[in-house]
Amino acid sequence: MEMTGAQIVMKSLKDEGVDVIFGYPGGAVIDFYDELTRTDIKHILVRHEQGAVHAADGFARVTGDVGVCMVTSGPGATNAVTGIATAYMDSIPMVIITGQVPTSLIGNDAFQEVDIVGITRPCTKHNYLVKDVKKLAYIIKEAFHIARTGRPGPVLIDIPKDITNSRTEYEQPGEVSLRSYNPNYKPNMKQISKIASLIKNAKKPLIFSGGGIILSDCSKELTELARKTNIPVTSSLMGLGGFPGTDDLWLGMLGMHGTYCANMAISECDLMLALGVRFDDRVTGKVDAFAKNATIVHVDIDPTSIHKNVPVQVPIVGDCKITLSVLNELLDQEKPEIIKPERKEWLGQVSEWKTGTPLAYSQSDVIKPQYVVEKLYELTKGEAIITTEVGQNQMWAAQFYKFATPNQWVTSGGLGTMGFGFPAAIGAQMAFPDKIVVDVAGDGSIQMNIQEMATAVQYGLPVKIVILNNRFLGMVRQWQELFYKRNYSSTNMEHAPDFVKLAEAYGAAGFRATKPSEVEEVLKKGLATPGPVIMDFVVEREECVYPMVPAGAPITNMLLV
Amino acid sequence: MNEEKHILSILVDNEPGVLSRIAGLFSGRGYNIESLSVAETNDPKVSRVTMVTTGVAQIIEQIKKQLHKLVNVITVHDLTGKAYVHRELVLVKVYTRPETRGEILRIADVFRAKIVDVGNEHYTVEVTGSEDKISAILKIFQPMGIKEIVRTGPVALFRE
Repeated sequence: MEMTGAQIVMKSLKDEGVDVIFGYPGGAVIDFYDELTRTDIKHILVRHEQGAVHAADGFARVTGDVGVCMVTSGPGATNAVTGIATAYMDSIPMVIITGQVPTSLIGNDAFQEVDIVGITRPCTKHNYLVKDVKKLAYIIKEAFHIARTGRPGPVLIDIPKDITNSRTEYEQPGEVSLRSYNPNYKPNMKQISKIASLIKNAKKPLIFSGGGIILSDCSKELTELARKTNIPVTSSLMGLGGFPGTDDLWLGMLGMHGTYCANMAISECDLMLALGVRFDDRVTGKVDAFAKNATIVHVDIDPTSIHKNVPVQVPIVGDCKITLSVLNELLDQEKPEIIKPERKEWLGQVSEWKTGTPLAYSQSDVIKPQYVVEKLYELTKGEAIITTEVGQNQMWAAQFYKFATPNQWVTSGGLGTMGFGFPAAIGAQMAFPDKIVVDVAGDGSIQMNIQEMATAVQYGLPVKIVILNNRFLGMVRQWQELFYKRNYSSTNMEHAPDFVKLAEAYGAAGFRATKPSEVEEVLKKGLATPGPVIMDFVVEREECVYPMVPAGAPITNMLLV
Repeated sequence: MNEEKHILSILVDNEPGVLSRIAGLFSGRGYNIESLSVAETNDPKVSRVTMVTTGVAQIIEQIKKQLHKLVNVITVHDLTGKAYVHRELVLVKVYTRPETRGEILRIADVFRAKIVDVGNEHYTVEVTGSEDKISAILKIFQPMGIKEIVRTGPVALFRE
């Protein structure tokens, strides 16, 4: 059957199970948009291409499926780059379709031409410029395969306009076979036996879990391992929700704004099971001082993550889910008292750190941002999908909302992209229309993609935005306070819109709390109001996120409240 | 840790943009490329990249893993420390004067080099061999005056 390039794209997307895409039309993709109306694929028209990519990203993070977005050539494509880099840093499966000028004009500085394949080479898992319509169907299939397998990531397909509207005899592509790309899922069995024996002999073991636990969908296996062996668990920012934040063995997040308990435990442990983590500098602090007493086991699907930042004694390249399943089976063959000794001294010490120096803040007659997050946790019963912007708001959300399940926490970890949370919440809400989706934001970062309010209103997506409004770029201000003698250079954001009126201007609802006594009422009202809502909490201006480890210092050098 | 020179033999898909992916990986991650030579193999769908790079052991390990992670890279072999043959090709234009022409021919003969072009004021000499051999002949030509040179960088294969 003869089809146009645009028809092939739509058919291929359907074949991959795509039923929603996020995008913004333009001249180079007009044929796709024309064809889109003859499919049952739902298209979400955003207000800025960055929003489209973050929305697809949010959709992917909560569903585990590939997120898809479509933008036009030139400025459409370059506007998407921040979103693509965000997804790349956090290993999110995504396919981005960009329009390109006709093949005959490529390289001629044509109107709205940009070499997006060249621009996105360092921030995509792979990318394509389609030069032959006959190859289009296979390329799309290959792109989805690459995006969702191995260490997931964004894959970009750049399609020139003449390829879009030229015709070819359509052939269903066969199975993807790439001799140059074969991710290794199966871990080395001998290495897993080694972990089992290390666990049996460890006096002070610790699990450090990362985003890989979420991506490989093995929260259940991780929880089983920890409970079976009585090993406490900490995680990176990306790993939150991989282990229940309500469990007794949970120590809280690790790193620059990690808990006292987690940072102390990682420095003292004699065995670290690092699962699906990449030892980011925000986690390790000064590398030489990081877990210097520990034998480190590192499981990761991506061989480049192993030995990159931290020397590892037991490297395992493979899928976390398979590794943990095999390990759990191996441990089941042992006597329970061997794998689950009392470890009184270690667990006692951990518990002392945990209860002795908990996450804390001091109440006053001004709203504390931590209090807002705590109340939000309480009122949503810990069941909301929480997205965040980046900065203090992100850290307070990470610290004070206890994530019980995976795919409930959506945040830009690797790139730290301000403006991420709101469009990501739109994507998450599209995936789960009946769940409560809340974007915890700062007054600075919400202004980076506030235009997506129109998207939320247009599609009736009831995303709730909680603005922790301190009229500062809070995290930078905190650094300026602590390390630059309070020289608040360009972090003052006093000149801001009235967020309640702004919400109303977009056709949404807005509420404001200025006193602690109003917090609960505003949250209740905001959560109960149908449609998108902005809740503006005027919080303590100079509140800091604690604990804090100064950049490059050992992670035990924590500034506490 | 000491920096070491490594010679990598990399098979890649013969597709546009692959070299750019490799070069971009090196520049983006701050690795060093000393030389690079690329051409199609006996299989027209595959090209071989021979690359010389320098780094401490941990960086070399990362370079190999990062290269292998590129979707278009089929295999990465580090030839260093293994049995392999390698050659580099150099074309060198040496200034000539009537009294040095004979000397240049003799030197070329000793190094099994070839005179591939003769001009009024120069010979173009083709030399193949190891890096040492090429350095040696260039050193000898230096006092006579070298007008231009072009080097391919090494190409290498395992010995079997």
